[in-house]
Amino acid sequence: MDWLYVNLPIAGGQILWPGLVILGFGVGIIGGFFGMGGGWMVTPGLNILGLPMAFAIGTDIAHMAGKSLISTLRHAKFGNVDYRLGGIMIVGTVGGFELGAQLIMWLERIGKVEAYVRYGYLVLLSLIAWLVFADVAKKMRKDREAIATGRELDALSTGIEWHKTLHKIKIPPVIDFKQAGVRCSIWLPILVSFVTGLLAGILGIGGGLIRMPALIYLVGCPTHVAVGTDLFEVAISGLYGAGSYTYKGRTELLAALIMLVGASVGAQIGSVATKYVKGYGIRIFFGVAVVGCAVSIVFKLVAAEFPSVRSLFNGAATALILLLVGGLSLYILLKFLGGVRQELAMKKHLVE
Amino acid sequence: MGGKAWLGRVGVPAAVLTVLAGNVFAAGGGGEMIVIVADSRRFSGLLAWWANLYNDSHLGFAVVTVLLIPTMGTVLGLLTDFLMSRIGINLKSRVLAEH
Repeated sequence: MDWLYVNLPIAGGQILWPGLVILGFGVGIIGGFFGMGGGWMVTPGLNILGLPMAFAIGTDIAHMAGKSLISTLRHAKFGNVDYRLGGIMIVGTVGGFELGAQLIMWLERIGKVEAYVRYGYLVLLSLIAWLVFADVAKKMRKDREAIATGRELDALSTGIEWHKTLHKIKIPPVIDFKQAGVRCSIWLPILVSFVTGLLAGILGIGGGLIRMPALIYLVGCPTHVAVGTDLFEVAISGLYGAGSYTYKGRTELLAALIMLVGASVGAQIGSVATKYVKGYGIRIFFGVAVVGCAVSIVFKLVAAEFPSVRSLFNGAATALILLLVGGLSLYILLKFLGGVRQELAMKKHLVE
Repeated sequence: MGGKAWLGRVGVPAAVLTVLAGNVFAAGGGGEMIVIVADSRRFSGLLAWWANLYNDSHLGFAVVTVLLIPTMGTVLGLLTDFLMSRIGINLKSRVLAEH
């Protein structure tokens, strides 16, 4: 079974290469669908496969840049990418990210990188999950009220609408983002992207996990445009992050390239699947994914704290991440296949 | 400010900062970045060159990474794009709706 393992020239040791391809494929589907790099699954997934955490972060960011580029090209053809908004957000992201990467190197020096990154993930995932499900609950309440009063809701209406308050703060210059349908102060996307970049640099993620909901709830983008624009930003900031982490000597490029092979196919499937799902379908499953990831992080923390049950909880964390990636990928793949079948059937019907 | 409000707004952040400050002091003064050396003795050919490039110059290795990743992404993306277009679905438009 030696052929199933590849020697890692930089990080040392060996890794199961089919595991890398499958992880890349699954996270490619999920990333293309939800508009993120999928780092919050890849970083712990790589760590679980045996890559040290400091290498897992840099390697994940390197593969994420390539995969997000593929998804961006696909989403752009659908009209889901607001290049002006994405370009402005890069300014804040790069600054925040570099500060975050410096903080990670400091954590590594004091030997606290594993614990702090995991605790940081946990707090962040909990907040995001709460936000998403609170939004869904509020939207459902609005739907019930609309039905009760005989009104029809706009197809683009949403639950939580914090962006409406933030749009009223008109610190000049105020910019029109046509593709996103948003008019706001330029400082709003810059501040949002600086904070998301900082968190991304610390946690080793592309930032999409935080930026996608931030684009929806703070900037006010429709879900599909948030997905596409976020991927554009992840591609650019991921490339910067890959350069930064590689310069610091923390990227296993061979592992990143192996993952990219699987991710390239997955990213296409995930991106096209958004055609067949409404915005709130994407949001609800995003929330489910976030909760699942938070639970797996808890398992890893329990394993680290209690040596007597370490192997049990490490195994449970691994199983949950694989189940999450597998389950979500399968759901999106089925949506893709079902949507394609329906579209081709309609096309055939029209031709006849 | 009441006692509970003080605890929430000032006490908790102060406690967190104290713990973090303790860790900063534990790190010692002005540490150098940990240096990792790739063991290129185990490899030959391209992988040996790869590992030696890493050891010789992180800047060179970073340049290779920044060039290789988007190149591979573009090549694989164009290939999978071509395969996707063979399915026969509309890949240029979608309906924008939240629900």
